[in-house]
Amino acid sequence: MTTVSTLAEVRPDEVMTIAASRLLEDGKVMFAGIGQPLVAAALARRRQAPNLTVVLEGGMVGIHLLPGELPASTNEMRAAVGAEMLTSATDIFLLAQRGCFDYGFLGVAQVDAYGNVNTSLIGDPDRPKVRLPGPGGANDIISMCNETVIVTNHEPRRFVERVDWITSPGHLTGGDSRQRSGLLHGGPSWVVTDLALLDFEEESRRMRLRALQPGVTVEQVRRATGFELLVADEVSTLDPVTDDEVRLLRRLNGESDD
Amino acid sequence: MTTATLPFPGADTLDARLELEGRRRPREPKTMTAEEAIAGFVRDGDVVAVGGTNHARTPMALLVEILRQRRTGLAMSRPLTCYEAELFIATGMADRVVTSWVGIGHGWGLAQVLREYVETGRIDYQEWSHLGLGLRYRAGAMGVPFLPTYSMLGSDLGRRLQLVEATCPYTGQELTAVPSLNPDVALIHVQRADVYGNAQIDGYELMDGDVARAARRLVISTEELVDTDILRRDPARTVIPGFLVDAVVVQPMGAYPHECYGHYLADEEAFTHYMERVRDHGSEGAREYAAELVAHADHDAFLASVAPERLAALRKDAEGMMPQ
Repeated sequence: MTTVSTLAEVRPDEVMTIAASRLLEDGKVMFAGIGQPLVAAALARRRQAPNLTVVLEGGMVGIHLLPGELPASTNEMRAAVGAEMLTSATDIFLLAQRGCFDYGFLGVAQVDAYGNVNTSLIGDPDRPKVRLPGPGGANDIISMCNETVIVTNHEPRRFVERVDWITSPGHLTGGDSRQRSGLLHGGPSWVVTDLALLDFEEESRRMRLRALQPGVTVEQVRRATGFELLVADEVSTLDPVTDDEVRLLRRLNGESDD
Repeated sequence: MTTATLPFPGADTLDARLELEGRRRPREPKTMTAEEAIAGFVRDGDVVAVGGTNHARTPMALLVEILRQRRTGLAMSRPLTCYEAELFIATGMADRVVTSWVGIGHGWGLAQVLREYVETGRIDYQEWSHLGLGLRYRAGAMGVPFLPTYSMLGSDLGRRLQLVEATCPYTGQELTAVPSLNPDVALIHVQRADVYGNAQIDGYELMDGDVARAARRLVISTEELVDTDILRRDPARTVIPGFLVDAVVVQPMGAYPHECYGHYLADEEAFTHYMERVRDHGSEGAREYAAELVAHADHDAFLASVAPERLAALRKDAEGMMPQ
């Protein structure tokens, strides 16, 4: 039985990270990026998934994260010390291509109705209005992991009908277009936001609302989505975050010593 | 060779092999100063593969020596690029960047100099997937002109790079054909090496084993120069054989202000100093920062300008993190 957290001011990003962490099952292998994905992994390992193996693009396998000392990069000592294995950065992605990784977790600048992800640029590709950091490992993760979970704030500027640039391919133009492009494996399965949990409808592969964060309405999610959103026949409500989850999350983030 | 029509340098692995076969590669001491190594092995117009990734094992002493000597028309190739590339762009020494990502790390914000130059169309920015660039180096390291992969299929990366698909001759499956890259020169910082260039990397190798094999010329800098017998105690850790290496530069704290696994952490104060410069003065701030670096006679002089206790703390913290 879960209860609503009584802790003051649980932030939307905390609710999102906790919801993402709950998707991670014990015994699986997860390819995590820096930021919320990594925090979600650390949280899951301390709760329902102690045997979750976390892999980073710097070549680290089975990383050991210390509360309050989460790394700023996937390629630094804080991410590597205590790992079960260090291999080359190319070889870690080849393990993804082999099919070893159950989940990839990604953040986005833009995501579209088919789960295509843009982290490269806003505007005209030849003369972008904003040049963003780029794919890093995201293109490889969504192309090769067995499934990919997208974790992002839910805002109309992020949820667009078509991304300005497909950095990392989702279900492309829907239907079987991903398969036809040669991408035979994986793809985005879930989108976790501060407002909702979404998936992709089986036929069209368009994004579909499946569950609401507590206290959020379908209308709110629609307004925060910049495209026409499919809504599942039955929309459930996610379990509220618990005090335990919030305390642990803050400890991992170094925000408290509890 | 159809590869000549590809819009990027590289895919010239056959030529790289012929060049290597034609070279005399005696086993002799290759230790020299950074000044000598860069003067001898880095030329205008080179594709420069920078070892390490992001702020890990960046060959800073060697890079700053290039800034000091000045070169033009360089292409900077690195899978995760940090602000070092911005110094080459802002000073006009590089006009091409080959990468999958540019930034400092989580929480540091966007790379503003790169933004300025890409958004105004002043540099050739080639965006690859991380594995895409990794496989370019690996193909170059393997001596084959391409490798097949799922990476970049269906995305705009492959389209913009004008990558073509290869059909598997056995199954008919279509995969991205990633062209090899044999960089003109690679710069790699390692934890220890002998005078012949046999080099060991502790911690994460990243792509450096492949980069070393792919490169036409290779300069390494090392934290520590050791006797070959030290390497023989743990030869599996030697990821770069001496016969690949052209120059060995002995440079303690040679990646500073970036990190070197087991030796020192990154100096985040230095990152802040750089980012503030750029925030306040844009690319002029990056040029000022580069000018500060090259004003020192060499890397040791640069290190001597930093408070000794600050350097000691970075070393102590890194050593303290190592498993006992």
